[in-house]
Amino acid sequence: MADKDRKRVAYYPGCTLEGTGHAYNRSTKAVGKELGLELVELKNWNCCGAMEVKNIDNQVQTYLSARNLAIAEEMGFDTVMAPCNGCYHNLKKAEYDLEHNPTAIAANQRISQKAGHATYHPGKVETIHALDWLIDAVGLDEMARRAQGRLKGMKVANYYGCMYTRPRHIFPEKDKGPGSESTLKPHFMDDILAAAGAENVEFPLKTACCGGAHALSDSDISTRLVLNILETAEACGAEVIATECPTCHTGLEMHKVRAEKTLGRKTNIKILYFTQLLGMAMGLSAKKVGVNENYLDSSDLLKSKGLG
Amino acid sequence: MTAPAAPFPDIQTRLDQMLAAPIAVADAVELAEQALRDGETVLEAWVTARGETPTDETVEGFRLLALHRQGAKGEPSFNACRETCRELVYLRNVVALYDDSAAEAEKHLRLQAMVLRHLALFVGGKMTESGLGDFCCSARPLHQPGAA
Repeated sequence: MADKDRKRVAYYPGCTLEGTGHAYNRSTKAVGKELGLELVELKNWNCCGAMEVKNIDNQVQTYLSARNLAIAEEMGFDTVMAPCNGCYHNLKKAEYDLEHNPTAIAANQRISQKAGHATYHPGKVETIHALDWLIDAVGLDEMARRAQGRLKGMKVANYYGCMYTRPRHIFPEKDKGPGSESTLKPHFMDDILAAAGAENVEFPLKTACCGGAHALSDSDISTRLVLNILETAEACGAEVIATECPTCHTGLEMHKVRAEKTLGRKTNIKILYFTQLLGMAMGLSAKKVGVNENYLDSSDLLKSKGLG
Repeated sequence: MTAPAAPFPDIQTRLDQMLAAPIAVADAVELAEQALRDGETVLEAWVTARGETPTDETVEGFRLLALHRQGAKGEPSFNACRETCRELVYLRNVVALYDDSAAEAEKHLRLQAMVLRHLALFVGGKMTESGLGDFCCSARPLHQPGAA
Protein backbone atom coordinates (compact mmCIF):
# COMPACT_ATOMS: atom_id res chain seq x y z
CA MET A 1 0.00 0.00 0.00
CA ALA A 2 1.03 3.55 -0.55
CA ASP A 3 2.57 5.23 2.41
CA LYS A 4 2.18 9.00 2.54
CA ASP A 5 4.69 9.58 5.32
CA ARG A 6 7.30 8.08 3.03
CA LYS A 7 8.75 5.63 5.52
CA ARG A 8 8.03 2.94 2.94
CA VAL A 9 8.48 3.97 -0.68
CA ALA A 10 9.15 2.42 -4.05
CA TYR A 11 12.84 2.53 -4.92
CA TYR A 12 14.22 3.19 -8.37
CA PRO A 13 18.01 2.86 -8.20
CA GLY A 14 18.59 3.24 -11.94
CA CYS A 15 21.48 1.81 -13.92
CA THR A 16 24.27 3.99 -12.55
CA LEU A 17 23.68 2.90 -8.99
CA GLU A 18 24.31 -0.67 -10.11
CA GLY A 19 27.62 0.37 -11.68
CA THR A 20 29.88 3.34 -11.06
CA GLY A 21 27.53 4.73 -8.43
CA HIS A 22 27.27 1.56 -6.40
CA ALA A 23 28.63 3.29 -3.30
CA TYR A 24 25.64 5.64 -3.46
CA ASN A 25 23.28 2.68 -3.71
CA ARG A 26 24.92 0.95 -0.77
CA SER A 27 24.99 4.06 1.42
CA THR A 28 21.42 5.06 0.58
CA LYS A 29 20.13 1.62 1.56
CA ALA A 30 22.30 1.51 4.68
CA VAL A 31 21.10 4.92 5.86
CA GLY A 32 17.50 3.99 5.19
CA LYS A 33 17.80 0.74 7.10
CA GLU A 34 19.49 2.48 10.02
CA LEU A 35 16.64 5.00 10.17
CA GLY A 36 13.95 2.33 10.01
CA LEU A 37 12.85 3.18 6.49
CA GLU A 38 11.87 0.65 3.87
CA LEU A 39 12.84 0.81 0.21
CA VAL A 40 10.93 -1.56 -2.06
CA GLU A 41 12.74 -1.85 -5.38
CA LEU A 42 10.56 -1.58 -8.48
CA LYS A 43 10.05 -4.99 -10.04
CA ASN A 44 11.67 -5.35 -13.45
CA TRP A 45 12.46 -1.66 -13.78
CA ASN A 46 14.05 -0.34 -16.95
CA CYS A 47 16.65 2.30 -17.78
CA CYS A 48 15.23 5.84 -17.70
CA GLY A 49 16.98 6.62 -20.97
CA ALA A 50 19.58 8.67 -19.15
CA MET A 51 20.69 11.70 -21.14
CA GLU A 52 20.84 10.00 -24.51
CA VAL A 53 17.43 8.72 -25.55
CA LYS A 54 15.77 12.15 -25.42
CA ASN A 55 18.17 13.31 -28.10
CA ILE A 56 16.86 10.61 -30.42
CA ASP A 57 13.18 10.43 -29.50
CA ASN A 58 11.68 12.52 -26.75
CA GLN A 59 8.46 10.47 -26.59
CA VAL A 60 10.34 7.20 -26.11
CA GLN A 61 12.26 8.85 -23.29
CA THR A 62 9.00 9.84 -21.61
CA TYR A 63 7.61 6.35 -22.10
CA LEU A 64 10.64 4.74 -20.46
CA SER A 65 10.01 6.68 -17.26
CA ALA A 66 6.24 6.24 -17.56
CA ARG A 67 6.74 2.48 -17.53
CA ASN A 68 8.65 2.74 -14.26
CA LEU A 69 5.93 4.94 -12.80
CA ALA A 70 3.33 2.41 -13.96
CA ILE A 71 5.21 -0.35 -12.13
CA ALA A 72 5.18 1.73 -8.94
CA GLU A 73 1.46 2.32 -9.40
CA GLU A 74 0.82 -1.40 -9.92
CA MET A 75 2.83 -2.19 -6.80
CA GLY A 76 0.54 0.11 -4.82
CA PHE A 77 2.90 3.00 -4.20
CA ASP A 78 2.18 6.68 -4.59
CA THR A 79 5.84 7.64 -4.19
CA VAL A 80 8.96 6.50 -5.97
CA MET A 81 12.37 7.57 -4.71
CA ALA A 82 15.24 8.02 -7.18
CA PRO A 83 18.64 9.01 -5.73
CA CYS A 84 20.26 9.68 -9.12
CA ASN A 85 19.74 13.20 -10.45
CA GLY A 86 19.41 11.91 -14.01
CA CYS A 87 16.72 9.37 -13.12
CA TYR A 88 15.00 11.85 -10.83
CA HIS A 89 14.98 14.47 -13.58
CA ASN A 90 13.60 12.05 -16.18
CA LEU A 91 10.86 10.70 -13.92
CA LYS A 92 9.82 14.24 -12.95
CA LYS A 93 9.82 15.27 -16.59
CA ALA A 94 7.64 12.29 -17.50
CA GLU A 95 5.22 13.20 -14.70
CA TYR A 96 4.98 16.70 -16.10
CA ASP A 97 4.72 15.73 -19.76
CA LEU A 98 2.03 13.12 -19.09
CA GLU A 99 -0.09 15.76 -17.37
CA HIS A 100 0.47 18.57 -19.89
CA ASN A 101 1.56 17.25 -23.27
CA PRO A 102 -1.08 15.51 -25.44
CA THR A 103 1.58 14.13 -27.78
CA ALA A 104 3.42 12.51 -24.87
CA ILE A 105 0.16 11.11 -23.45
CA ALA A 106 -0.82 9.56 -26.80
CA ALA A 107 2.66 8.14 -27.42
CA ASN A 108 2.78 6.62 -23.95
CA GLN A 109 -0.61 4.96 -24.43
CA ARG A 110 0.38 3.64 -27.84
CA ILE A 111 3.74 2.22 -26.75
CA SER A 112 2.39 0.80 -23.47
CA GLN A 113 -0.40 -1.03 -25.30
CA LYS A 114 2.00 -2.34 -27.88
CA ALA A 115 4.34 -3.53 -25.14
CA GLY A 116 1.39 -5.17 -23.40
CA HIS A 117 1.51 -3.56 -19.97
CA ALA A 118 -0.57 -1.11 -17.99
CA THR A 119 -0.49 2.52 -19.03
CA TYR A 120 0.59 4.89 -16.29
CA HIS A 121 -2.16 7.15 -14.96
CA PRO A 122 -0.81 10.69 -14.56
CA GLY A 123 -0.85 12.06 -11.05
CA LYS A 124 -0.86 8.66 -9.35
CA VAL A 125 2.81 8.52 -8.40
CA GLU A 126 5.11 11.29 -7.23
CA THR A 127 8.85 11.07 -7.77
CA ILE A 128 11.10 12.26 -4.97
CA HIS A 129 14.86 12.50 -4.53
CA ALA A 130 16.80 10.84 -1.71
CA LEU A 131 17.11 14.29 -0.12
CA ASP A 132 13.31 14.72 -0.07
CA TRP A 133 12.92 11.18 1.23
CA LEU A 134 15.12 11.66 4.28
CA ILE A 135 13.70 15.08 5.15
CA ASP A 136 10.08 13.97 4.73
CA ALA A 137 10.32 10.51 6.28
CA VAL A 138 12.74 11.21 9.11
CA GLY A 139 13.10 14.95 9.56
CA LEU A 140 16.08 17.05 10.50
CA ASP A 141 15.51 16.82 14.26
CA GLU A 142 15.59 13.03 14.23
CA MET A 143 18.67 12.96 12.00
CA ALA A 144 20.37 15.39 14.39
CA ARG A 145 19.43 13.17 17.34
CA ARG A 146 20.84 10.09 15.63
CA ALA A 147 24.03 11.77 14.42
CA GLN A 148 24.89 13.38 17.76
CA GLY A 149 27.01 15.99 16.02
CA ARG A 150 29.54 13.47 14.74
CA LEU A 151 30.30 15.62 11.68
CA LYS A 152 31.25 18.52 13.93
CA GLY A 153 34.33 20.31 12.64
CA MET A 154 33.95 18.95 9.10
CA LYS A 155 33.78 21.72 6.52
CA VAL A 156 31.57 20.70 3.62
CA ALA A 157 30.80 22.20 0.22
CA ASN A 158 27.47 20.79 -0.94
CA TYR A 159 27.38 20.18 -4.68
CA TYR A 160 23.95 19.55 -6.23
CA GLY A 161 24.84 19.63 -9.93
CA CYS A 162 22.69 21.04 -12.69
CA MET A 163 19.83 18.54 -12.95
CA TYR A 164 18.43 18.54 -9.43
CA THR A 165 16.68 21.87 -9.98
CA ARG A 166 16.35 22.25 -13.74
CA PRO A 167 14.14 22.89 -15.58
CA ARG A 168 12.14 24.56 -12.84
CA HIS A 169 8.70 23.81 -14.25
CA ILE A 170 8.99 20.04 -13.69
CA PHE A 171 9.47 20.55 -9.94
CA PRO A 172 6.17 22.12 -8.84
CA GLU A 173 6.81 21.20 -5.20
CA LYS A 174 9.94 23.34 -5.03
CA ASP A 175 10.08 27.10 -4.37
CA LYS A 176 7.06 26.98 -2.07
CA GLY A 177 8.64 28.99 0.69
CA PRO A 178 9.89 27.85 4.10
CA GLY A 179 10.35 24.10 4.32
CA SER A 180 10.45 23.54 0.58
CA GLU A 181 13.50 23.14 -1.61
CA SER A 182 14.77 26.09 -3.65
CA THR A 183 15.69 25.84 -7.31
CA LEU A 184 17.78 29.01 -7.11
CA LYS A 185 19.76 28.02 -4.04
CA PRO A 186 19.07 24.42 -3.03
CA HIS A 187 19.65 23.65 0.63
CA PHE A 188 18.26 20.21 1.56
CA MET A 189 21.71 18.57 1.53
CA ASP A 190 23.10 21.51 3.49
CA ASP A 191 20.28 21.10 6.01
CA ILE A 192 20.80 17.36 6.45
CA LEU A 193 24.56 17.57 6.91
CA ALA A 194 24.23 20.58 9.22
CA ALA A 195 21.82 18.50 11.30
CA ALA A 196 24.59 15.90 11.53
CA GLY A 197 26.98 18.57 12.79
CA ALA A 198 28.81 19.58 9.62
CA GLU A 199 29.86 23.14 8.95
CA ASN A 200 28.61 24.00 5.47
CA VAL A 201 30.68 26.57 3.63
CA GLU A 202 29.23 29.18 1.32
CA PHE A 203 29.78 27.60 -2.08
CA PRO A 204 28.83 29.64 -5.16
CA LEU A 205 29.06 26.73 -7.63
CA LYS A 206 26.64 24.36 -5.91
CA THR A 207 24.44 24.03 -9.02
CA ALA A 208 27.09 24.75 -11.66
CA CYS A 209 27.65 22.41 -14.59
CA CYS A 210 30.26 19.70 -13.96
CA GLY A 211 30.76 19.18 -17.68
CA GLY A 212 29.20 15.74 -17.63
CA ALA A 213 27.82 16.21 -21.12
CA HIS A 214 31.23 17.16 -22.44
CA ALA A 215 32.94 14.17 -20.87
CA LEU A 216 33.42 12.18 -24.06
CA SER A 217 33.38 14.83 -26.76
CA ASP A 218 35.47 17.48 -25.02
CA SER A 219 37.17 16.03 -21.97
CA ASP A 220 39.40 19.07 -21.56
CA ILE A 221 36.45 21.36 -20.91
CA SER A 222 35.04 18.84 -18.42
CA THR A 223 38.37 18.66 -16.65
CA ARG A 224 38.64 22.44 -16.42
CA LEU A 225 35.05 22.78 -15.18
CA VAL A 226 35.59 20.14 -12.51
CA LEU A 227 38.95 21.60 -11.51
CA ASN A 228 37.30 24.98 -11.07
CA ILE A 229 34.62 23.42 -8.86
CA LEU A 230 37.26 21.67 -6.76
CA GLU A 231 39.47 24.77 -6.44
CA THR A 232 36.47 26.96 -5.61
CA ALA A 233 35.35 24.55 -2.89
CA GLU A 234 38.86 24.64 -1.44
CA ALA A 235 38.91 28.44 -1.63
CA CYS A 236 35.66 28.39 0.34
CA GLY A 237 37.46 26.46 3.07
CA ALA A 238 35.86 23.08 2.44
CA GLU A 239 37.60 19.81 3.25
CA VAL A 240 35.07 17.67 1.44
CA ILE A 241 32.55 18.02 -1.36
CA ALA A 242 29.28 16.25 -0.63
CA THR A 243 27.48 14.92 -3.69
CA GLU A 244 23.99 13.61 -4.38
CA CYS A 245 24.35 12.53 -8.02
CA PRO A 246 26.40 9.57 -9.24
CA THR A 247 27.29 11.25 -12.53
CA CYS A 248 28.57 14.38 -10.83
CA HIS A 249 30.38 12.30 -8.22
CA THR A 250 32.17 10.16 -10.79
CA GLY A 251 32.98 13.23 -12.89
CA LEU A 252 34.49 15.03 -9.92
CA GLU A 253 36.59 12.03 -8.99
CA MET A 254 37.84 11.17 -12.46
CA HIS A 255 38.56 14.73 -13.58
CA LYS A 256 40.29 15.47 -10.29
CA VAL A 257 42.84 12.86 -11.31
CA ARG A 258 42.91 14.05 -14.93
CA ALA A 259 43.44 17.68 -13.88
CA GLU A 260 46.55 16.64 -12.02
CA LYS A 261 47.84 14.66 -15.00
CA THR A 262 47.00 17.02 -17.85
CA LEU A 263 47.06 20.44 -16.20
CA GLY A 264 49.45 19.77 -13.34
CA ARG A 265 46.91 21.14 -10.87
CA LYS A 266 46.52 19.07 -7.71
CA THR A 267 43.62 19.52 -5.31
CA ASN A 268 43.34 17.89 -1.92
CA ILE A 269 39.63 18.11 -1.29
CA LYS A 270 37.76 14.84 -0.66
CA ILE A 271 34.58 13.78 -2.47
CA LEU A 272 31.91 11.75 -0.68
CA TYR A 273 28.22 11.06 -1.20
CA PHE A 274 26.05 12.84 1.35
CA THR A 275 24.59 9.47 2.29
CA GLN A 276 28.09 8.24 3.15
CA LEU A 277 28.67 11.21 5.42
CA LEU A 278 25.26 10.88 7.03
CA GLY A 279 25.69 7.13 7.48
CA MET A 280 29.04 7.51 9.21
CA ALA A 281 27.59 10.31 11.33
CA MET A 282 25.01 7.80 12.52
CA GLY A 283 27.77 5.37 13.49
CA LEU A 284 27.90 3.16 10.40
CA SER A 285 31.32 1.97 9.31
CA ALA A 286 33.06 3.38 6.23
CA LYS A 287 32.77 -0.04 4.62
CA LYS A 288 29.06 -0.24 5.36
CA VAL A 289 28.50 2.96 3.37
CA GLY A 290 30.82 1.93 0.55
CA VAL A 291 33.67 4.40 1.07
CA ASN A 292 36.03 1.72 -0.22
CA GLU A 293 34.04 1.71 -3.48
CA ASN A 294 34.80 5.36 -4.19
CA TYR A 295 37.55 5.92 -6.72
CA LEU A 296 39.53 8.28 -4.50
CA ASP A 297 40.79 7.62 -1.00
CA SER A 298 39.38 9.79 1.77
CA SER A 299 40.46 7.64 4.70
CA ASP A 300 42.93 10.20 6.09
CA LEU A 301 40.22 12.84 6.46
CA LEU A 302 37.74 10.36 7.90
CA LYS A 303 40.27 9.09 10.43
CA SER A 304 41.14 12.62 11.49
CA LYS A 305 37.46 13.24 12.17
CA GLY A 306 36.96 9.96 13.98
CA LEU A 307 34.55 8.67 11.35
CA GLY A 308 34.13 5.27 9.77
CA MET B 1 51.56 16.96 -22.09
CA THR B 2 50.63 20.45 -23.25
CA ALA B 3 47.25 21.54 -22.02
CA PRO B 4 44.94 22.93 -24.71
CA ALA B 5 43.94 26.55 -24.39
CA ALA B 6 40.85 27.41 -22.39
CA PRO B 7 38.05 29.37 -24.06
CA PHE B 8 38.09 33.18 -23.76
CA PRO B 9 41.89 33.15 -23.27
CA ASP B 10 42.18 36.87 -22.45
CA ILE B 11 39.72 36.59 -19.58
CA GLN B 12 41.13 33.29 -18.39
CA THR B 13 44.68 34.64 -18.38
CA ARG B 14 43.64 37.70 -16.39
CA LEU B 15 41.78 35.50 -13.92
CA ASP B 16 44.71 33.12 -13.54
CA GLN B 17 47.02 36.07 -12.82
CA MET B 18 44.54 37.58 -10.41
CA LEU B 19 44.06 34.33 -8.50
CA ALA B 20 47.78 33.53 -8.32
CA ALA B 21 48.57 36.45 -6.00
CA PRO B 22 46.97 38.49 -3.25
CA ILE B 23 44.28 40.69 -4.76
CA ALA B 24 44.75 44.42 -4.38
CA VAL B 25 41.43 45.46 -2.92
CA ALA B 26 41.88 49.22 -3.01
CA ASP B 27 39.36 49.31 -5.84
CA ALA B 28 37.37 46.26 -4.78
CA VAL B 29 34.06 47.45 -6.15
CA GLU B 30 35.65 48.36 -9.49
CA LEU B 31 37.21 44.88 -9.68
CA ALA B 32 33.84 43.34 -8.94
CA GLU B 33 32.24 45.50 -11.64
CA GLN B 34 34.99 44.44 -14.04
CA ALA B 35 34.06 40.81 -13.41
CA LEU B 36 30.48 41.60 -14.38
CA ARG B 37 31.70 43.29 -17.56
CA ASP B 38 33.82 40.23 -18.36
CA GLY B 39 30.77 38.07 -17.78
CA GLU B 40 28.85 40.28 -20.19
CA THR B 41 31.62 39.82 -22.77
CA VAL B 42 31.25 36.06 -22.48
CA LEU B 43 27.48 36.19 -22.86
CA GLU B 44 27.71 38.71 -25.71
CA ALA B 45 29.86 36.20 -27.60
CA TRP B 46 27.20 33.53 -27.11
CA VAL B 47 24.35 35.81 -28.19
CA THR B 48 26.29 37.09 -31.19
CA ALA B 49 27.13 33.55 -32.26
CA ARG B 50 23.37 32.91 -32.34
CA GLY B 51 23.02 35.74 -34.85
CA GLU B 52 21.44 38.19 -32.43
CA THR B 53 22.39 41.63 -31.20
CA PRO B 54 23.31 41.59 -27.50
CA THR B 55 20.76 43.48 -25.47
CA ASP B 56 21.54 46.66 -23.57
CA GLU B 57 18.58 46.14 -21.26
CA THR B 58 18.86 45.10 -17.66
CA VAL B 59 17.11 42.54 -15.48
CA GLU B 60 16.95 43.26 -11.76
CA GLY B 61 19.35 46.14 -12.49
CA PHE B 62 22.03 44.07 -14.22
CA ARG B 63 22.78 43.73 -17.91
CA LEU B 64 24.48 40.40 -17.24
CA LEU B 65 21.16 38.88 -16.19
CA ALA B 66 19.39 40.36 -19.21
CA LEU B 67 22.03 38.88 -21.49
CA HIS B 68 21.61 35.50 -19.86
CA ARG B 69 17.87 35.66 -20.35
CA GLN B 70 18.42 36.58 -24.00
CA GLY B 71 20.90 33.75 -24.44
CA ALA B 72 18.57 31.19 -22.90
CA LYS B 73 15.57 32.11 -25.03
CA GLY B 74 14.74 29.03 -27.08
CA GLU B 75 17.82 27.34 -25.60
CA PRO B 76 16.77 25.97 -22.20
CA SER B 77 20.09 24.19 -21.72
CA PHE B 78 21.65 27.62 -21.31
CA ASN B 79 19.90 27.80 -17.94
CA ALA B 80 22.69 25.55 -16.68
CA CYS B 81 24.61 28.81 -16.18
CA ARG B 82 21.66 30.80 -14.81
CA GLU B 83 22.76 30.53 -11.19
CA THR B 84 26.38 31.05 -12.18
CA CYS B 85 25.37 34.47 -13.53
CA ARG B 86 23.30 35.21 -10.44
CA GLU B 87 26.23 34.26 -8.20
CA LEU B 88 28.44 36.71 -10.11
CA VAL B 89 25.95 39.47 -9.36
CA TYR B 90 25.49 38.34 -5.76
CA LEU B 91 29.24 38.38 -5.13
CA ARG B 92 29.52 41.84 -6.68
CA ASN B 93 26.86 43.00 -4.23
CA VAL B 94 28.65 41.36 -1.31
CA VAL B 95 31.91 43.10 -2.30
CA ALA B 96 30.07 46.41 -2.43
CA LEU B 97 28.54 45.70 0.97
CA TYR B 98 31.88 44.84 2.59
CA ASP B 99 33.95 47.53 0.90
CA ASP B 100 35.32 48.58 4.29
CA SER B 101 36.73 45.12 5.03
CA ALA B 102 39.76 44.18 2.96
CA ALA B 103 39.72 40.55 4.04
CA GLU B 104 36.04 40.07 3.17
CA ALA B 105 36.46 41.94 -0.10
CA GLU B 106 39.41 39.83 -1.18
CA LYS B 107 37.67 36.58 -0.25
CA HIS B 108 34.61 37.46 -2.28
CA LEU B 109 36.56 38.88 -5.21
CA ARG B 110 38.46 35.63 -5.34
CA LEU B 111 35.25 33.61 -5.37
CA GLN B 112 33.74 35.91 -7.97
CA ALA B 113 36.78 35.35 -10.20
CA MET B 114 36.32 31.60 -9.91
CA VAL B 115 32.63 31.85 -10.73
CA LEU B 116 33.49 33.98 -13.76
CA ARG B 117 36.01 31.36 -14.83
CA HIS B 118 33.25 28.76 -14.67
CA LEU B 119 30.95 30.86 -16.82
CA ALA B 120 33.68 31.35 -19.43
CA LEU B 121 34.46 27.62 -19.49
CA PHE B 122 30.82 26.60 -19.72
CA VAL B 123 29.86 29.06 -22.44
CA GLY B 124 33.11 28.46 -24.32
CA GLY B 125 32.48 24.74 -24.16
CA LYS B 126 28.98 25.12 -25.51
CA MET B 127 30.21 27.33 -28.35
CA THR B 128 32.81 24.73 -29.27
CA GLU B 129 30.50 21.74 -29.05
CA SER B 130 27.19 22.86 -30.51
CA GLY B 131 24.27 21.29 -28.74
CA LEU B 132 26.18 20.16 -25.69
CA GLY B 133 24.43 20.86 -22.46
CA ASP B 134 21.22 19.81 -24.15
CA PHE B 135 21.87 16.38 -22.71
CA CYS B 136 21.63 17.51 -19.14
CA CYS B 137 19.77 20.70 -18.89
CA SER B 138 16.88 20.77 -21.28
CA ALA B 139 14.05 18.68 -22.50
CA ARG B 140 14.71 19.55 -26.12
CA PRO B 141 16.06 16.73 -28.28
CA LEU B 142 18.94 17.48 -30.60
CA HIS B 143 17.45 15.73 -33.56
CA GLN B 144 14.09 17.42 -33.71
CA PRO B 145 13.56 19.61 -36.76
CA GLY B 146 15.03 23.02 -36.07
CA ALA B 147 17.08 21.83 -33.13
CA ALA B 148 20.76 22.65 -32.88
